[in-house]
Amino acid sequence: MEKRIEIIEEVTVRFAGDSGDGMQMTGTLFAKNCGAVGDDVNTFPDYPSEIRPPADTLYGVSAYQVHFGSKKMNTMGDKIDVLFAMNAASVKVNIPYLRKGALIIANSSGFGPSNLKLAKYDSNPLEDGSYSDFNVISIDIPSIMKEELKDLSLQMKQIDRTKNFFTLGIAFWLFSEPLDITIQWLKSKFGKKIEIFESNVRALKAGYRFAEQSPEFKYRYEVPKANMKPGYYRNITGNEAAALGLVAASKKSGLPLYLGSYPITPATEILHHLSGYKQYGVKILQAEDEIAGIASAIGASFAGNLATTTTSGPGLSLKVESLGLAVIMELPLVVIDVQRAGPSTGMPTKPEQSDLFLAMFGRHGEAPIPIIAARSANDCFYAAYEGAQIALKYMTPVFVLSDGYLAQGTEPWLVPTLDELPDFEFEFAKDPNDYKPYKRNPETLARMWSIPGMKGFEHQIGGLEKENITGIVTQDPKNHQLMTEIRAEKVAKIVQDVPDAIIEGEQSGDLLIIGWGSTYGAIKNAFDKLRNEGHKLSFVHLRWLNPFPANLGEIINKFDRIFIPEGNMGQLGFIIQAKFLRSVLGYHKVQGKPFTALEIEQELIKLLKEGK
Amino acid sequence: MTNIIDKPVVPVGELTAKDFKTPIDVRWCAGCGDYSVLAQLQKIMPTLGIPRENFCVVSGIGCSSRFPYYVNVYGFHTMHGRALPVASGIKIANPDLSVWVITGDGDGMAIGGNHFIHAIRRNMDIKIMLLNNEIYSMTKGQYSPTTQQYSKTKSSPFGAVDYPFNPIALALGSGATFVARSSASNPKHLSYVMQRAAQHKGVSFVEIYSNCVIFTDGIFDKWTDKHFVDENAIFLEENKPLIYGLNRDKGIVIDNLAPMQVQLGEKYSENDLILYNEKNLALAQMIATMSYDNELPRPFGVFYDVEKPSYDELINKQITDTINRMGPGNIDDLMRGDDYWEIK
Ligand code: SF4
Repeated sequence: MEKRIEIIEEVTVRFAGDSGDGMQMTGTLFAKNCGAVGDDVNTFPDYPSEIRPPADTLYGVSAYQVHFGSKKMNTMGDKIDVLFAMNAASVKVNIPYLRKGALIIANSSGFGPSNLKLAKYDSNPLEDGSYSDFNVISIDIPSIMKEELKDLSLQMKQIDRTKNFFTLGIAFWLFSEPLDITIQWLKSKFGKKIEIFESNVRALKAGYRFAEQSPEFKYRYEVPKANMKPGYYRNITGNEAAALGLVAASKKSGLPLYLGSYPITPATEILHHLSGYKQYGVKILQAEDEIAGIASAIGASFAGNLATTTTSGPGLSLKVESLGLAVIMELPLVVIDVQRAGPSTGMPTKPEQSDLFLAMFGRHGEAPIPIIAARSANDCFYAAYEGAQIALKYMTPVFVLSDGYLAQGTEPWLVPTLDELPDFEFEFAKDPNDYKPYKRNPETLARMWSIPGMKGFEHQIGGLEKENITGIVTQDPKNHQLMTEIRAEKVAKIVQDVPDAIIEGEQSGDLLIIGWGSTYGAIKNAFDKLRNEGHKLSFVHLRWLNPFPANLGEIINKFDRIFIPEGNMGQLGFIIQAKFLRSVLGYHKVQGKPFTALEIEQELIKLLKEGK
Repeated sequence: MTNIIDKPVVPVGELTAKDFKTPIDVRWCAGCGDYSVLAQLQKIMPTLGIPRENFCVVSGIGCSSRFPYYVNVYGFHTMHGRALPVASGIKIANPDLSVWVITGDGDGMAIGGNHFIHAIRRNMDIKIMLLNNEIYSMTKGQYSPTTQQYSKTKSSPFGAVDYPFNPIALALGSGATFVARSSASNPKHLSYVMQRAAQHKGVSFVEIYSNCVIFTDGIFDKWTDKHFVDENAIFLEENKPLIYGLNRDKGIVIDNLAPMQVQLGEKYSENDLILYNEKNLALAQMIATMSYDNELPRPFGVFYDVEKPSYDELINKQITDTINRMGPGNIDDLMRGDDYWEIK
């Protein structure tokens, strides 16, 4: 039958099912396809924190959201346009996120009496009008697949497992995408397991065919290609990007990479990825605790490796004392903090931006540490890489802040080559006669670095205050003041490597939005939308939070009002107010969820209406 | 004293003990046991055939942890309790180094207890010298995890009710591959044990009784003073019977799966005594209990010495093996991954 074709600029799709339904893989493959056909894509997985929660329950729902389209996506999408749902529970938990009129494609075999009971439905919502706000197409996928696979003598359980590829087939039809990339993938993955390969390819094609033939599917969509720069792309999570950034930094600097880490959600995947990079010489200690993780990294740094430790809030709290040691030892160290909702155990899998104060101030004594915050999943690569550059150039620990949203979300990454990445600037001491452990490079104030094994450079230093230049332990009052000031000045000098902040929109005027970290995408989308509608607005996104870009004060003074949305109770706002003596309007969301563009947009509209 | 192997300590290169001293004044109290340990370390370092720049001395916090400032090699005075993880990072980063950790009973057994058992479990190739004085001396006299029960200290004026650790048993229980005990007041024996520790590949743990003249003066006398040592201490020697006493007329046998003291003469002869075997873990564990909850003499010497690949060796071998098998990785390929696409 004739199907209407609708051209759309962007769409948000969510694949949801029970934890055992393979929704993460389905979403990943769909996202890859969207990227490969030339769209921009932004994804976010949403799965239970329990490892294998009871089947078909509300808390056992696992989902994967894909936001794709012909412009820069920036976020995982605000409201769901199309929901693929494998059972009753997976529709129920997603109702609050559905756009009115959204399309629900439901697997009706997941709405049996026991599914309904576990999802706490009294009657079948597919039949009783519960979903009347939405368009519902219900399909009994397993019975279709039973027919499709009848010659393969598979058990019902195996047939049931093909329903995710059937769903994917529907999705590809619905968005006018080809099947061959996924068939290729299945071949490379299951080529040797003929039965799995064959049944999944058939499911994929059957889903596609079903949608094409079914009168219930009245129209399909076409999403024009995004304007992507030519090159090689892949979808990558923030955590994998961070791991790669560190390995690339190790290769480029010529120093072996050392990771001392303790498993913690949502930072653990960095440890997983780096553990696999043996071919790249990565040395790992999965430590007995968070303290040993960072302490061993400080040891590895003392011995001349590019040292790093990865963690999240509770772990960072434990690393605080060691950070002070790295500061006074003036040793390079990259500390990656993937922030999550706190305090205490808080909400381990949920993102928050609430460790900024801890990164900025969380040490006894005067112990400044530079901070860079990634703004997107891809940027985790560059933030980790840049963190390593600064750590080595200035002989200092450096914070790289990410969060649970960036860590697990993906977007297409235009993969660089090692050649294209910037060089490292650092050196080991050369002349033993000229060597003093705290003699400094006048431009960076970095102290001279020599490591065990270098003859003639033996020295003894530690956590006690030491004399400038010689490094000899001293409690001289003036010297302590001097060393405290030098340590602060050194971090302040990093500003020479921090690019100036760029104002998007009006270059001066009423309302300046300042963002940092993962709020970038939501702010950017809201900002672009309102600007397109003719509103006068300005936006600065900060990657470097310590030191701030040199021109930030000047920029702030060009605007009447400063607005800072952040995933905490106003930590950047507090720092900006203290530093620039300007009052700041905040917008604080601490719900374990990133901002949506819509929320920012509504807040901005309110502010624009209020006027100055 | 028994007939401990009495080899002279001879430097192998041009350097001597003098070259391992820093110009810094040593600031321990006169008579502190730590001086003796420092002197032995400086004496044996030039005998090991290891270039000076390949030594690294790492410590935590406490009186004994001032050690690195006094040894003219690479020295790192870290945080309270954290010497072992820092040293582990150093050793993994550069397995060619000879890494020594100097710690105390507070630093190593209390705040650093977790690191202690795990560094040992991993058989990290680090020489751990635990200078035990059974007190927190730097903070001026609180009971520590090795303080004997009911000791009166600044923080236990009515007597400490804590039960103490037996560091030797703890190290053995954690999987140590070299475990020994010596005393700062017996420099010859200490030198011997430290040399054995230095030669051992893998983790070496040496508990050293180091008298604190200020807070716990004399607590080790009953085992280390020349008037008592023969009657109250027993020196373990490989393949020799466990014999002791002023007249060498007492020994240890195993009775009912426990060590028992016997008088040599009518009923027992030397042939009945335990022949010490440094490779027998069960024996080491049994001997380690001696004088803790029984009236037996306190053992000194090498309890246990076996070979096992160390963590630093294994982790670096995994890397070289992988590179040998698969070639050095191409970072551009790694960044691009398997699931990439091209936009033209
Ligand atoms: S207080 Fe005790 S342990 Fe500390 S230096 Fe003095 S004697 Fe040695």
